[in-house]
This record gives sequence, structure tokens and C-alpha cells, in this order.
Amino acid sequence: MTTSKVRPTSPDHEDAYDRPVIERLIAVSFTLSVLATVGLGVTYWLGGQPQVEGALLFVALGGIGVGIVAWGKYLVPQGPYVQERHELRSDDVEREAMHASLGRGLRQLERRSFLLRLLGASVGAFGLINLFPFIRSLGPVPGKSLFLTDWKPGSRLVTASGRVVTENDLEVGGLLTVFPEGYENSPMNAIDQVVLVRPATTDLVTRPGRETWGPKGYLAFSKVCTHAGCPVGLYQQLTQQLLCPCHQSLFDVLTGATNVFGPAPRPLPQLPLYIDGEGVLRAQAGFDEPVGPGFWERGA
Amino acid sequence: MSTLEERAYKAADEIDERFGSARFVRNSLNKIFPDHWSFMLGEIALYSFVVLIFTGVFLTLFYVPSTAQVVYHGSYAPLRGQRMSEAYVSTLNISFNVRAGLVMRQIHHWAADVFIAAIVVHLLRIFFTGAYRKPREINWTIGLTLLVLSIINGFIGYSLPDDLISGTGIRIAFSIILSIPVVGSYLAFFIFGGNYPGTEIIPRFFIIHVLILPAIIAALIGAHLAIMWHQKHTQYPGRGRTNRNVVGIPFWPAYAFQAGGFFFITAAVLAALGGLVQINPIWLYGPYIPYKVSYAVQPDWYMGWLDGALRLMPSWEIVFGPTYGGHMIPNVFFPAVLLPGLTFGLLYAWPAIERRFTHDNEEHNICDRPREHPVRTSIGVGVLMFYIVLFFASATDVLANFFDTSLNLVLWTMRVLLFAMPVLAGSATYLLTKEVGHKGEVGEPKVPVEIRRTEEGAFVFGELAVVGAGADEKIEPLPEELISAHPTNGNGNGNGHHAGAEATAGSDVDGNGHGHPGVLEVPRD
Repeated sequence: MTTSKVRPTSPDHEDAYDRPVIERLIAVSFTLSVLATVGLGVTYWLGGQPQVEGALLFVALGGIGVGIVAWGKYLVPQGPYVQERHELRSDDVEREAMHASLGRGLRQLERRSFLLRLLGASVGAFGLINLFPFIRSLGPVPGKSLFLTDWKPGSRLVTASGRVVTENDLEVGGLLTVFPEGYENSPMNAIDQVVLVRPATTDLVTRPGRETWGPKGYLAFSKVCTHAGCPVGLYQQLTQQLLCPCHQSLFDVLTGATNVFGPAPRPLPQLPLYIDGEGVLRAQAGFDEPVGPGFWERGA
Repeated sequence: MSTLEERAYKAADEIDERFGSARFVRNSLNKIFPDHWSFMLGEIALYSFVVLIFTGVFLTLFYVPSTAQVVYHGSYAPLRGQRMSEAYVSTLNISFNVRAGLVMRQIHHWAADVFIAAIVVHLLRIFFTGAYRKPREINWTIGLTLLVLSIINGFIGYSLPDDLISGTGIRIAFSIILSIPVVGSYLAFFIFGGNYPGTEIIPRFFIIHVLILPAIIAALIGAHLAIMWHQKHTQYPGRGRTNRNVVGIPFWPAYAFQAGGFFFITAAVLAALGGLVQINPIWLYGPYIPYKVSYAVQPDWYMGWLDGALRLMPSWEIVFGPTYGGHMIPNVFFPAVLLPGLTFGLLYAWPAIERRFTHDNEEHNICDRPREHPVRTSIGVGVLMFYIVLFFASATDVLANFFDTSLNLVLWTMRVLLFAMPVLAGSATYLLTKEVGHKGEVGEPKVPVEIRRTEEGAFVFGELAVVGAGADEKIEPLPEELISAHPTNGNGNGNGHHAGAEATAGSDVDGNGHGHPGVLEVPRD
């Protein structure tokens, strides 16, 4: 570069950008940064403190930043200068030359189109077949697992800590999250979770055909929201409704956890209960439909 | 000459001897960058990404991507004795035990939120000024892909601490993947390594979050910048500016200093946010337990529109056949798969859609003023309003509490606003832009207008003559650019053609007859 040769013929930038006040401000800016960085070192050494670290990082980085920006904005030539854009498109001669070069290989490929197709088939087959072990190793196929839970006829209801739930465990208006005995600590408790509520002390019938499902006022529903799968965790005793806090779906307990509000498209499946001779709550059977959000392989 | 200058020249010469880089370096240093505040939005995104890489690398040294359950005995007393995943324990340790760990974690989280916000506002700037038009359609596509990948990576990173709120988010993500017709359940099982929750998702999310997506994002950012550099930046209309030139500050030193300094300022603001403004205090949420849920579950801001769409969707499903043996398109498919698909599909297709109507095949290097394009601007405002309503709909529960009203009223208000607001905002924008959208000539200086009241009470307009203020000052090229090493190729960027080579370039290349016998001569310039 021969920058210096030009200077005499153009306005002298160095003098035009002689600004002692700005220079002093930049010096202050950099100095503050150094001081803040020293402070940071002391803070780290003393064990650290998030707010102090944040404030000192702000000054340390900001000091450098403000100094450089001021330097670039006030002490160096700003123009505005003009520059022509170069033509993006190449000229016709250059394009023809490109076509000729491309053609050299393309003509070969065209002439042997059978070999070309064979090459495509071999590479494609290699890719597809070798993708298979990769995809299959990622996880098992769904099979029937989305239709199943661990609730079986006679399963005892237990709490998260494994305690068996008996008929005296819930006051009217109470709520308990329960699991099939033996699965309370399994990862499947995400699917098996059931919300047990007690709106009354007498047998409850939520719908025709469910005459025996709610002994002594106990009702059990899948806790997995039929919308997006969140736990339906809030029980509004006054209105006898279960609320999903994720997207505000409401389920009416007394009519069988029917979806009465929000995006949930189906009622929560009800688990039929009975009370055995020792007063322990048990499932009469598993759920009569898949629990949780919808998927392609299920119908209504 | 100072020694710094001498040493720099010597180093540059040494490099030039090995790479022949003098001309490239000269052209790069002389590059002119148009200056406007709205051109800094993309820079904010770029610098936030750099901060994300630095803080992210720090966090990987202490984070443990495992869902193995352990009992916590660490320094945060309220959670001692609880069972939780190793991922959650390590995040607690980063927050409480690692020196500067919490500030790094919070800077990382803030930087992610600012990164995506800057990309979105940058995209709006590009859209409303028509900067995606030829020759920049490919960079528009790359930028959109960056937005999609950033949103995905943001969500995945947010999920890694395995706290109660992010765990619920993963549960919803499983349900969304599950809802895809035909392949949904297979896809969900392959991604999660089995039925929900499984033990694979946190380690898999980790490698996607720290390696796969950042590598793709970094490569695409490189391409985005290289294309911008090669095609040169757009500029707004103004004095001396044409479609064929660039008016602004030179890369060296003015632009380099300003942009470099702006990196430090961006980092400083992110550091202040990270240190002083609490974000995602996971120790308050507790560990993820599948049957527990917290009230007021809101995702990070960039997922708000999806959450809002999930909430506003009526309780519909498409069902074929009985429960066992039938088929279903689940509820969440429409707001959480179809809507984002349409959103980004429309954005990707937009340059082509506009071109179908305008039949415009010209190169555009001057940004449009939004007011000069009523149709594009009002469509943009209307669509934007749709997503803004969706964003606020993700807080239906918070709004109902705040206004002390029923959830029902808030939900239905939002459903009405979702369709009313875009129409209202779009129409208002159309009328406004029609009213004010005078299209001046490109490169024409702005002329101040004087409005006077006559003695009869009428108002008259008159153009004021521009005095001083540098209005008639001529804009000149960089003095250094005028000295050219190759006088035939003054403004080229190193891809100029030489007349001599061009004459032979188009000739028959199959000829083996000339040059060295048996050696194919491949013409190049």
C-alpha cells in the first residue's frame, strides 16, 4: 500500500479528526474497563458474587466497546465515500466458457446414461440400507405400547412413596396422585399416573355403564391430559373440576372428567375402582381406552 | 513511519508472498459499508451468537447430560434429600458452586433470548424494506433456516436443566411429535428412544444442542456473511446513492472499529442482564417429576406463539374409525405442526410469491421504504399481528388473574382478536401507507417543505432551497481506492476478466490438437 503518496492530493484526514475531548473520553473508557477487570479478578478470588460479576463485566466489556466505537466514529475518516458495485452476472463469453467446461463432463454422463442410473441406484441403495440400523437403533417401534398402562385387574392403588391407599385416606374434596402398586418408582409412572378425587362419601356414577366405578365417592382418572400430555394437577373443589395448568383445559369430575373447556379434545379416561375386604382401593380393570394425547394409530 | 506500520507491512508482505493476497486484502479494506441503525440488528444476532459459544463452552465443562436419579446433598438447602436427575444436580452446582457459574448460565440464557429476538427483528427489517429481492433470495433462505434452527436449539437448551417447567415442555414436545399423522408415533419413539419419558432424551438433546445444531448454525452464519460481503450490502435511498453504487464508511478502519466495538457493547449488555436480571431460577421450580406440574407454565418468549396457538385451538380432532383399529389426526397437530409449517413455508416462499405478482427480475440494491409498498407492508403488519396475538394468548391464565376475570372471557377475547387484529392492523396500514407513500426518486436529496398560511387563510406549500449543510458536497471514492495496482481493473473485486483470455474462452474445448500433445488444454482467465 502506498497510502502516504496520496495524502498531499487529498484533504488531510489526520488533522480533520484531531479531537482532544474525544481522545480523553476514550482514555477514560479504557481506564474504567481496566479498573473493572481488576475488580472482577478480586471478586473471583473472593469467591464470586453474581450481581457484582454482572456489573463489573458490564463496565469492563462496555469500556472496551464504547472506546473502540468512539475511536471508529470520531477519530477516523467517515466519508461518506462511494464505491461502484461490480456486476454480479458474468458476461456472455464467460458463461459460454463455463458451459463448455461443464459440458465436457456432462456429455460423458449423458452418453452412458445406463451406467449413470446404475451408479445412482447403488449409491441410493447403500445410503438407504445403511440408514436402517441407525434409525432402528434409536428406539423400539411403538407397537401396542401407546395403548397400554400398567393398571391390571386388582392392582392396588399406592402413593408416590408406595403407601397403599385405603378407603379412609381422603376427606371429601381431597386429591391424591396414585400409581399401580409396584410401578410407583418406574419411569412408566409418567404414563400410569392417576388422579384420585373424592367429591362425596356415597357411591358415584359418572356415566351410564360406570355404575360400580366410584365406590364410596372415590373417582380415579388418568392424570395425563388428553391434549398435550401434561399432568392434570389442579382440583377446583367448588366446581368439581380438574384443571390442566399447561393450556387451561377443564374437566368436569362428576360427569366422568368430560372436557368442558379449553383445547382438550377428549375426557380423561376413568379407572374403575372397588374396595376390597381390607378397605384397600383397587382397580377393577385397566383403562378401557389409551390414555394421554392422541396419535395416528388410535381412532375415536 | 512508526514501527507498528513497518511491522504490519512486513507481515502483510510475507503473507502476500505465500498467498498472493495483496489485492484481496486491499479490496477488503477498501470495502464501503452503508451505515444505518437498522443494519445493526443482524450484528446484534451475530455477537449474541459469539457470546453463546463462549458461555456455552464454559457450561459444558460442568453440565452432566444424564437422567440417572440421585439424591441431592449439595449446597442448596431447600432441595437436600430430594431425588433428582444428574442433569438437574449439575445445573444446581453450576448455579451455586461453580465460580461465576450462575452469571455464565444467566448470560447464556439471556444471550439466547436476545439472539432469537435480534434475528426476528432483523427479518422484519429485511421483509419491510424488500431487501430479500434479487439477488438476495438465497441469503433470505439461509437467514430463515438460521431462525428455525435457533428456535429449535433454544428450546433444546432450555430443556437441558431437567427442571419441573422444562420437563413439562419436553412432555408437550413428545405429544406434538406424536401428533404427526402416519409417522408420528414412530418418530417420537425414535427420538426419545422409546415411550415417554425414557432415559435417552437428555443425552441426545445435549449432543444436538452443543455440537450438531451449533455447527450447522455457525456454517450458515459464515455463508450468510460471505454472501452479504460478496453481493455488498443494500442501502437506503439518499443523496448520491444509486442502485449501482454503495455510499458509506470504509471497512478499514471506521467500520471495523465500530463493528468490533459494538461486539463488546452487545457482550456488555448481555453480561449486565446475566448478572443483574434473574432468568430461569431452576432451583425454585424443583426437579422434573412426571406427575408434578407447576402453575403458570410459560415457555421462553420465542415459543410463546406456539403455546398460544395450543391454547386457542378449539377441542377438535379428526377421527376415522373406532378407538382400536381407527386413525386420528390429534388436536395438537393443527396448532403445533401445521401452523409452524405454514408459517415458515410462507416465509420461505415469499420472495417467489412476490415475484409472481410483480414479474420483477431486476437486481435491487436500494432498500424500499415500507410506506412506498402498501400491499407488502400491510400484509406484513397483518401477519405479524396474528403472531403477536398468539404470543399474548400464551398468557391467558396470567391475563385472567391480572384482570381478575374468567379464563373463558380471556380465551374468547383472544380467539376473536386473533382474526380481528390482523384485519384491522393490515387495513389501517394499507390506508396509512396509501396516504403518505410518496415515492421520491432514488438518490434525490430530501427537500424540506414549507407550509405557510396566507392572509386569506389558505395553506400553501413551498419547497425550501437547501443552504449549506453539505447538500451540494460531492461524494467521492476512497482516495486509496484510486491508486490501482491494475489500472484496467479499477473497481473489480478480483474476479475481473482479461480481454485476451475471453477471446479463447468460448472456443472449442474438445480440441486435443493444440498445446502439449495428449494434454487437454483447459482455458481459464
